Formats: sequence, C-alpha cells, structure tokens
Amino acid sequence: MFEAIAFYLFSAVTIVMFTITVMSKNALYSMSALAAGMIMISGFFFLLGADFLGVVQIIVYTGAVMALYAFGMMFFNTTRLVEEKVRAPKLVFLLSGLSALLLVIAFTAPIVSDHIEAIYPVVDGVENPQAIGIVLFTKYLVPFEVAAVMLLVAMIAGIILAGKKMDESLTLKVDADDEFQKKGSK
Amino acid sequence: MITLSHYLIVSAILFCIGLVGVYRRKNLLLLLFSTEILLNAVNIGFAAVSKFYGDLTGQLFAFFIIAVAASEVAVGLGLFIVWYKRRGTLDVDSMQSMHG
Amino acid sequence: MEAYLYTALFAPLVGSLFAALFADRPKNLVTGIATSTLLFVSWISSVVLLIHVAHGEAVHVRMMDWIQAGGLSIPFGFVVDQVSATMMFVVTTVSTIVHIYSIGYMDHDRSFNRFFAWLSAFVFSMMVLVMSDNFAGLFIGWEGVGLCSWALIGFWYERDSASWAASEAFIMNRIADLGMLIGIFLVYWNFGSLQYDVVFAQAAGMDSTILMMVTAFLFIGAMGKSAQFPLHTWLADAMEGPTPVSALIHAATMVTAGVYLVIRANPLYGEVPEVSLFVASLGAFVAIFAASMALVNRDLKRIIAYSTLSQLGYMFVAAGLGAYWIALFHLMTHAFFKALLFLGAGNVMHAMDDELDIFKMGGLAKKMKWTMIMMVIASLALAGIYPFAGFFSKDKILEAAFATDHYILWTTLWVTAGLTAFYSFRLIMLVFFGEERYKIFGYHPHEAYKYMLWAMAPLAVLSVIAGFFEHDFLHMVSAILPVEEYHLSGGTFWTLVAVTLGIAVTGIAVAVVVYSRGGFSKKLEDTFVYKLLFNQYYIPKIYDEYICKPYAELSKIFWKDLDLKVVDATVDFIAGTIYKSGMVSRVVQSGNLSNMLRWMGVGLLVLLIAAIFYSPMR
Repeated sequence: MFEAIAFYLFSAVTIVMFTITVMSKNALYSMSALAAGMIMISGFFFLLGADFLGVVQIIVYTGAVMALYAFGMMFFNTTRLVEEKVRAPKLVFLLSGLSALLLVIAFTAPIVSDHIEAIYPVVDGVENPQAIGIVLFTKYLVPFEVAAVMLLVAMIAGIILAGKKMDESLTLKVDADDEFQKKGSK
Repeated sequence: MITLSHYLIVSAILFCIGLVGVYRRKNLLLLLFSTEILLNAVNIGFAAVSKFYGDLTGQLFAFFIIAVAASEVAVGLGLFIVWYKRRGTLDVDSMQSMHG
Repeated sequence: MEAYLYTALFAPLVGSLFAALFADRPKNLVTGIATSTLLFVSWISSVVLLIHVAHGEAVHVRMMDWIQAGGLSIPFGFVVDQVSATMMFVVTTVSTIVHIYSIGYMDHDRSFNRFFAWLSAFVFSMMVLVMSDNFAGLFIGWEGVGLCSWALIGFWYERDSASWAASEAFIMNRIADLGMLIGIFLVYWNFGSLQYDVVFAQAAGMDSTILMMVTAFLFIGAMGKSAQFPLHTWLADAMEGPTPVSALIHAATMVTAGVYLVIRANPLYGEVPEVSLFVASLGAFVAIFAASMALVNRDLKRIIAYSTLSQLGYMFVAAGLGAYWIALFHLMTHAFFKALLFLGAGNVMHAMDDELDIFKMGGLAKKMKWTMIMMVIASLALAGIYPFAGFFSKDKILEAAFATDHYILWTTLWVTAGLTAFYSFRLIMLVFFGEERYKIFGYHPHEAYKYMLWAMAPLAVLSVIAGFFEHDFLHMVSAILPVEEYHLSGGTFWTLVAVTLGIAVTGIAVAVVVYSRGGFSKKLEDTFVYKLLFNQYYIPKIYDEYICKPYAELSKIFWKDLDLKVVDATVDFIAGTIYKSGMVSRVVQSGNLSNMLRWMGVGLLVLLIAAIFYSPMR
C-alpha cells in the first residue's frame, strides 16, 4: 500500500516536473523543474531497493550536473525568457504521442519471462551498496575503470573547451568558418 | 500491487516527455535538459527490471549511464561555451549552414 | 604436306598483319612487295598441294579444337582435296597477280598500305573458306570475305557512293547469310555434326524434306554471296571499289564462293533433284538476265560485272544439273579470263583518269596495244571461242544441259552465249577502236607500267591454254565429284559445238560490224526495251521504292512513336522520377539539428512499429 501511494505520487510529480522542463519558456523554471524531477527519480530508485543508485542520482545529477547547468545558464545569459520558434508543434506531439502509445502497448503486453535468468542475482542478506560494490569491482571492473577514464577525459575536455586562454588555438579556423557561414546565408 | 509494467510505463511516458523536449527545443542548453530526461527515464526502466528479475546488471547499467551523462554534460557545456563565444547565441537554427 | 598446307593458309595472314602495321602511314612500297611475296609463297605451296592431291590422297589436318560444348564439337580442321586444291590454286594465282598489279595500280593512292592489308586479309579469309573441313569454318571464311569485301568496296570511303555501295553489299550478304546460318543449324540439328565427311556420309539416308530445307537454306547463302537474283544488285554497285578488288573479289574468287558451296555440298544437292533444278533454272535466268543488262550499259566496269553475274549463272546451271566438275572447271577458267578482263579495264581507267563511260573512249588501241591484246584474249575466252579457255567450259555446260534434256535451259544459255559475245565485243570496239572520242574530253591516255602488263601476262596465257587441261582436270576431280558421262551421238555433239560457236561468232561479228560503223542509231535509245535494260529492269528502283522507303518509313515510325514515346519516355520517366524525388527529399538534408532530430524520431517510430509487429516474444 505504501509502495503504491509512493509510486503514484512520485510518478505524478515527476511527470509534471518534466513537462514543465520541456514546455516552460523560462529557462530558470526549466532548470528548477529538472532538478526536482531528478530528485523524484531518485525516489523511484529507493522504492526499487536500489539505494546506492538513488544516492548517486542525487549527488551526481542534482548536485554536480545541476550546478554545472546553473553556471552554464549564467554564462549564456539564458536566465530570462527563452525565445524559440517552434515549427510544426502538432508534429512534435504527434510523434511523441505515437511513440508513447507504442511503448505503452509494448510494455502492457504480457512479457514472456521464462527464459530470462539472473546473471548476477541479488544475494540475500547483503545490503544493496555492498552487493553493488561486489559486482562492480569483480565482474564490471574493466567497464568501471573505462568509465573513470572517460570522466577524466570529459573533465579535461571541459577545461580545455571552456578555458580562456585555450580558445586561441580554436579560433584559428574562425575566418574560414565565417566565410563559409556568409556563403551559406546568401 | 505495483508491477514491472507500471514502472516501465512510467519510464516510457517520461521518455516521451523527453522526446517532446528534444523535438521542440531550439535552445541548445534546454535541448540538453531534454536529453537528461531521456537518460533518466531509461534509468528507471533499468532499475525496475533489475529489481523484478533479481539481477544487479540493470542497476549497474544505470550506474554507467549516469557516468556517461555526467561526462556528456561536461563536454557538452564546454562545446557550448566555444560556440557561444563565436556566435553569441545558442539557437539551433543558427547552426544551419546547408540549404537543403 | 601439312607444312605446305599451313604455309598456303597463313602466309596471306602474315602479310596482312604486316601491312596493317603501316596502315595509317604514308605509302611504303615494302608492304606491297612483302604481301606479294608472301602470296607467291602461298601460291607455290598451293601448287605443291595441287600436284600432291592430283596423284594421291587428300591432306586432312586438325589444327586444334575450337568449340567443345556438350555434344557439339567443332575443330579448326582443314582439308585439301581435289576441289579445295583447285580453289586454292585459282585463289592464290589470281590474288598473287592482283597483288603485283596493285603495286602499280595503287601507286598514287595515299592508303596504299591499308589496301594491301585488306587485300591479303581477304585472301586469308578465302583460303579458310575453301580449306575448312566443316561448315562452321566455312562460315568463318564466308563472313571474313564478306567483311574484307565491305572494306575494299568502301576503300575510298570519303566518297558517298563507295560507302553506300559497301554497305549495300554488306547488308545484302547479311540477309543471305541468315539463310545460310539457318541451313547450317539445320545441318547440325539433323546430322549431329558439322564435319563435311560425317554429314555427307549420312546424306543418302536422310529424310528428303529435311534435305530440301537444308539445301534450300544453304543455297540462299550462296545466292547472296554469288549475287544471284534477287540479291544481285550489290555486285554492280560494288564496282565502286578499286579495280584490282573487282578483279579479285567480285569476279574471280569471292562471288564464286556460292558455287563452291554447292559443289562442296554436292552429296546433299544430289539427293534433292527439285532444289537442284531450281538452282539450275535460277542460274539460267540470271545468265540471260544479267547479259541483257550488260548489252546497253555504258559503264566499263559494270558491263564486266554483269558478265560476271551471267557467268555465275552458267556455273549454277552446271551445278544444278549435277555436272559439278563442269561448274568447278568453268569457275576456274572464268576466274582467269575475268580477272584479266578487269585488270585490263583497270589499265584503261588509269589511262583515262578514272573515266568509266565507254562512249567517251574509243581508239585506245594505238596507245594501249598490249592492254588491248590481253583484253581481246579475255573477251574471246568469255565469248567462248575455240581454242580459248571459255570455249571448253561453256561448251561443256551447254552439252550437259542438252544431254539431260533440259532444252529450255539449253536455249536460254545458247542465246546468252550470243549476247555475251556481242556485249564483250561492243565493249572492245567502243574502247579500243573506232573514233578517238577521248580527245574531245581532253584525256591523255598512256599505257600502264611494264610490270603491270607482265603481271597480267600469266592470266592471259592461262586464259588461252586452261581449256586444254580439261581431261587432266576431269581425271583429278573425278576422285571426289560425281561424273556423269553424256552419251550424245557424234553428229549431235558436233552440231551442238558448231551451233554454239556459230552464235558466239555471230555475236562478235554483229558487234564488230555495227560499232565499227558508229553503233546503233540513237532512236533505239528511246524504245521501251532499251530503257528497261538500261535501268536494270528498274529493280534497284523497285527495291528502293518498295523495300527501302517503307522500311525507312517504318523505322521513322518506330523511332518517333515507339522509341521516343515509349522506350525513351519510360527511361526518362524513371530518371525524372528519381530526380524529382531527389529534389523533394533534398529538404531532409537541411543541416538543421531540430529537423534532423525529428527525422530521428520518425525512424524511432518506424522501428517501434517493426519491433511490436515482428516481436520475437510473441
């Protein structure tokens, strides 16, 4: 009972929040709604018993990613209203609606689960973060390290791209690019 | 009783909300928000499947997806900064150089 | 003997390839001399082979396999028996002389080298034709000579008339070759082989309907190559080619290939008297038909061409009556004197700056004594005067017609003999005697080079003496050709000879008397008969009017209505559709990220539909 209430509550809030995120003209509202939605999603994770994932969700998304976005918004001066010309808005909803419909149909249809077997079963009596840790540092050690390297690369890339002095090398091609732009806009 | 289907349907709905954002957003930053929604919608699905089949693989997938998303934001924002410095705008239409 | 065989066969090819190397170069005397020398070598080999087969066995070699497919086995095999040895002797003799003669005749032509390349190629093809031991090889040679003939008729391709005549000859021959090809297919279909010996061995037991079809279709091929009615028009037009070509190809060798085919396939023709009779009848018809056209023509070479046509008719009569050896004998003697006649005509043309109208000549005997003598010899031989070669062979044909009770054929040929004598000497009189009309037109005739005359001399000698080899020849070819003895009483025989000689002499006498007095009156030219003959029975016009023009019209209809409106339109429509769809779908590639994302969404939708309807979970 508790689970059902929690599930419907989280679902409703998440859907509303994300809808605000994609529909709002105010970038600040969008970002705030996104952050709220992220936290609600971590609620789903707790409901599903994936405690560790829920914590990571809050820390990474709501903490790190949102902070980045906030800085980005300040940088790009998009804190106020965003002007967007949406072409063929009906098409957008038609495409998305159809996709949703099809997905729902696919998921409500009975799933034959006989042949699905757990490769890394949840061990009874072990807490979720501990179980994750065991699997992560045994079977998934290599992907984990690769992910770590990827994050490092992303960090360096971010620094280089956003760094002030670095853009001199990047702007070498600006002239050619601008000419191309002019030609294109003719 | 909340079943796997419930979670998957919520996941699908959230995913399609993300799609709406992807289709209609013109501002690159807000477009990136929509992609975050897509990723999170999928994460719910993974976590749910993980739970209902008693298999940790799903959770680990979600875990890696979060890592990828974080990297994506870092690189993406860096690229936006470069772009913004050049054009002074983040409108998608301003990136169009072909006529079609 | 094999070495001689290969030498005889391939020497002309080597010469041709050698000359072809210099084809686009300015005149190089070496090409002429080299090809002539190689031809001479080929001639020597042919003579050796002729002597060999005259006394002994035929030479049969199988050079290599050509086609081996399932039950079909066609080798490159060559046979030199009495018939092909005779043909080889004729071909190499005439072609050697023509080659040497051409060195002088083509002296000032800028395509001197190309000429010799084609001429030698022709000889090679002809050798393949006569030496092959199967129908397929014969067909290769057959097409080869057709090709070379086309190239040589159209040798001066910058002239419209020459290239037109070349194409006409080629197309006419292709029409006939289709018949020949069907004949060959039928042979293979029914006999299971294309080898002469295999096919002929089965000829006696074969169903007569099949044999009739086979022989009829093969004869269609022979009709085209030997220019028999109704496919005869190309031969007269082929005179557009250089005169040595006319002498070699359109008088002595290629046009006799049809006769050779009938002689070669005599075991088949011998089984079907109906077709043979048709062959003989058509031959007799063509003989008188062509001779009548030659009576009034004013063109030096065309007159000789018509006489060739007429003599081919004689050969077919002989072949059709079963007297194959006489046909072959006449083929040989005819080759000698007709080539001589053409080469003489070539001298005259040279002297007259390529003027062909015999009414613009006259009195050339003073300037061109030796040419005159040789042409008179050739004409006497053609007319069939004793002791010249033509007498023996032509007389034999008339004898055969009479002895087999074909009196209509005999009468036709007898009249033709008179006409032949008349037009031959009409030509001689108008060209060499009488008033010197050329002075009016400002020509300065001169005798040809000495060596050209010397080259012609062997032909003149052969034209005189060839007839005396009749019995040796008969003895030789009787080994493989059926020989019928005609039992005519002594009185009848001598009467026939006398009558034949009589009409020939009468023809000559009339021509000499009339044209030494300045010819017939002009009134005659207004009569219907004259016009009919002068316009070649209006046959070219009829062909043009009722075949070419409707065909052109039909082609136009097909071009404008069918090709442009259906075929082209279809193709254009496909191209246009693709082009338009490209123009329409080009919009997709706008480079706009938003649009591209939407297209991605469409793709996702499609994949979702596919996943649901083709789900493996079901």
